[in-house]
Amino acid sequence: MGQIYFIFSMSETTVSEANNGNDSRASNISEATIRLAGNSQDGIQSIGGFLARLAGRSEREVMTMMTIPSTISGGASIFQVRLGSGEVLSPGDKADVLFAFYQHSYDNHVNNLTKGGILVYDSDHVEPREEWLTKYRHIGIAISSLTVEAIGGTARDKGKNIYALGLIAGMFSLDTTKLERLINERFGGKGESIVKTAMDAFQAGCRYQSNDISNLFRLARGGAERSNQVVMSGNEAIGYGLIAAGVRFGAGYPITPWSEIMELLRRELPKYGGSFIQCEDEIASVSMAIGASYGGHVGVTGSSGPGISLKTEAIGWAVMAEMPLVVIDVQRGGPSTGLPTDVEQSDLNIALYGGHGDSPRVVLAASDVEDCFYTAIEAVNIARKFSVPVFVLSDQAIATRIEAFNEPDLKTICKDVELDLSPVPSHKPYDLSSGDGLSRHRAPGTRIEDGRYPVVTGLEHDESGHPSGDAVNHIEMTKKRRNKLKTLADELPAPEVYGADSGDVLLVGWGSTKGPLLEAVEELSNNGDALSALHIKHINPLPNGLDAIFSRFNSVYVVEMNDGGVYGYGQLAGVLRARFADARIKGINKTAARRWKVSEIIERVKACRAEEPVTA
Amino acid sequence: MSDSATIEQSSQDAGERQPVTKKEITADHPTWCPGCGDFSVLSIYYKLIQKRNIPHESVTTVAGIGCSSRFPYFVQAHGVHYIHGRALSFASGLSISRPDLHVFTFGGDGDAFSIGGNHFVHTARKNVKMTYVVMDNFVYGLTKKQTSPTSPLGFKSKTDNWGALDQPVNPMKLAISAGATFVARTSHTNPKHLLEMMDAAMDHDGFSFIECLSECTEFFAGAFDNSNPRKGGEFKLMPEDHDPTDEAAAYAVAGEDFPGRFGIFYQVLRPTKNALEAGVIEAAQSKFKGQQAHDILQANFNKMK
Repeated sequence: MGQIYFIFSMSETTVSEANNGNDSRASNISEATIRLAGNSQDGIQSIGGFLARLAGRSEREVMTMMTIPSTISGGASIFQVRLGSGEVLSPGDKADVLFAFYQHSYDNHVNNLTKGGILVYDSDHVEPREEWLTKYRHIGIAISSLTVEAIGGTARDKGKNIYALGLIAGMFSLDTTKLERLINERFGGKGESIVKTAMDAFQAGCRYQSNDISNLFRLARGGAERSNQVVMSGNEAIGYGLIAAGVRFGAGYPITPWSEIMELLRRELPKYGGSFIQCEDEIASVSMAIGASYGGHVGVTGSSGPGISLKTEAIGWAVMAEMPLVVIDVQRGGPSTGLPTDVEQSDLNIALYGGHGDSPRVVLAASDVEDCFYTAIEAVNIARKFSVPVFVLSDQAIATRIEAFNEPDLKTICKDVELDLSPVPSHKPYDLSSGDGLSRHRAPGTRIEDGRYPVVTGLEHDESGHPSGDAVNHIEMTKKRRNKLKTLADELPAPEVYGADSGDVLLVGWGSTKGPLLEAVEELSNNGDALSALHIKHINPLPNGLDAIFSRFNSVYVVEMNDGGVYGYGQLAGVLRARFADARIKGINKTAARRWKVSEIIERVKACRAEEPVTA
Repeated sequence: MSDSATIEQSSQDAGERQPVTKKEITADHPTWCPGCGDFSVLSIYYKLIQKRNIPHESVTTVAGIGCSSRFPYFVQAHGVHYIHGRALSFASGLSISRPDLHVFTFGGDGDAFSIGGNHFVHTARKNVKMTYVVMDNFVYGLTKKQTSPTSPLGFKSKTDNWGALDQPVNPMKLAISAGATFVARTSHTNPKHLLEMMDAAMDHDGFSFIECLSECTEFFAGAFDNSNPRKGGEFKLMPEDHDPTDEAAAYAVAGEDFPGRFGIFYQVLRPTKNALEAGVIEAAQSKFKGQQAHDILQANFNKMK
């Protein structure tokens, strides 16, 4: 991530345009947030997908947000896409334009419009309300009937998403040639008639003429020269990252929002000579993955919510037996079945501590879609080198969000790891001699020339893997399992402070809070406040040097999407307080099971600062 | 996962090398109680390894938790002592990702039919290639005499002082109905028969399951006496005209009163999970001949632009 652009707000421009009635000339804007609200079967998400891909091909940044209902079919669904010419860090707090397909979409989302925003509604389904008419600019279009008309009157309005895409293209002067190419690519495999129907709907949307809507805005081109971009969701980025890192075996059980990763791996791994097995349950899944690791691969499993709880005993075994393992946790709202399709960062504790006994494991958290790709790769490499379970924490918000990012250089990144079964003169699976805690697993098929073969086990064991209840041995082995994390910590990059290197307040975040956190810092700094931010990707072990950074600030606020608990600080804050015994570390927590908005962070930071006098 | 090069290499080496001796394959002295039935299963396993001339480095023994699951420590070879009830899942991941190995999994009745019951059913259904030997002693031994899923009704244990109340699992019926493709029964008291069953199980291409009655002399002494001719019982083989491909007949024999019959109850050939997954891989890879991983991934990324 480079520097952050700050751009004039779109809403102000539109207000003046609207008031002047001067709509014929497109006003140049540098970013726009569009929210589409409808039902899940309307293909709302695919409009977002098209816009995201278009942005990826047009030197523009894009970030999207999707919420889906936890019901099987039907139910409200929204997709929000933020397009910008600078760097887009978050999906945007409020929408500049809202497309409301139904009355409930109108009623529930009108509050998410910026002041003076534009409300496009399907006049076949929505009755505008008096109190909102004055507040927002309303544009009623009979989207449903116009779609039916455009695609040849089958009396079905399937395709109104593509019609709406045409409307958006017209409003924002988007590149229709590129969009048509995308539509061709998307529907090309489904037969000519489908492509024609989609194209008819799209073109009708584009052609829709009205002074209200045509050529309202033109998105500025990005300033910097950009390399090729790829567009995908966080779940896809994790799946492809695992493949790039050389993962060739995984096992899982379906659960939202993790399932997409398992579906991707099931579909893709065979191309690389690998397999992903759907198991009877979560315990079998993690066990199969560990079995493959024992076979000399790096096995992968993953889940969400309750599924992670079920895997913990086996993960503890992998810690004890020192087997490589990657566990993907796409966090959702908890505890128990919780909020399956909403976001929360409340699995940090289970990732860190889930299971009985002292069982150190590695925990990494991905901050955005691009980071999902690279975090997955890093996790596999750590698991392989340190023979340890590695958690990758993602969450529902990144999992379902589509972003464009610079295309990775796959040729240099991709690994095709050969199984190493070369004979060795002798082997101790739990060799203590190195002192750094590292030892190497030798898979079955490896000839041990001195004839002494290893047993890998969950019982406390001696260096050869044979059971030992000896006190000194347990001390040494516990130290070994702990020391390899210390060795890893020494290899981690030094954490980077965004903003001033020292000052009054340091905001600390992890995972998907990174975008809104950085935007909040930027915005507060623009208003003259001295704020900085620190994003922690490696949560266990923590990178060295955090204490030195903390000491340069008066207050440290840890911003998390989880509960502040009985004592007022959340899960990462708890880790940091325990680590540094620093009472200045305080929690800013949110339990709404919705992502942080930039404005909320700003308000909460202000409130915290009001509470405690600044001692500069 | 193409590990074919490894198989050839191993067998070549094995050709040059002397077969593994009993001394070489023997590890720690078993922690089992004197007289435990598991000793005979262990010695037959050694015999099988020697008889089949399995290269030392390819002997792979997996177990869960229980007395019998201590097994891998007593075999001087690659071994795994996994968690309670999940040995089959572990062994499945190993077997599917390492088709060059023949994985042996050992366990007891608690591991197989109680805590691991779900995995037993699904490993059988998926027909994952491996041999699973359950040393069934009808009691929890490691935790000192609680009721097991195969304890007969009325068996007095520390968790059923008045005698076991719950209908025991019939391992043969369970395996057949779950879709196991090799289902056999034997006893530690008849080592010759045990070796015969293990040999046949290893020949079988699929999930081969053996229930081996294995007496717990400490907590359920004499449990299997009426199947032991030396104790006045009868070791009844399968009826001579039994057709092991006849599922209904196998099920009927499995319903006979204890001590029942010994031998191969059921054996059919059905594609293994390993073969089916290999087929999926072959079909998928045929479209990407000669391409490296980054080429294949690049093709996907090109579609996401």
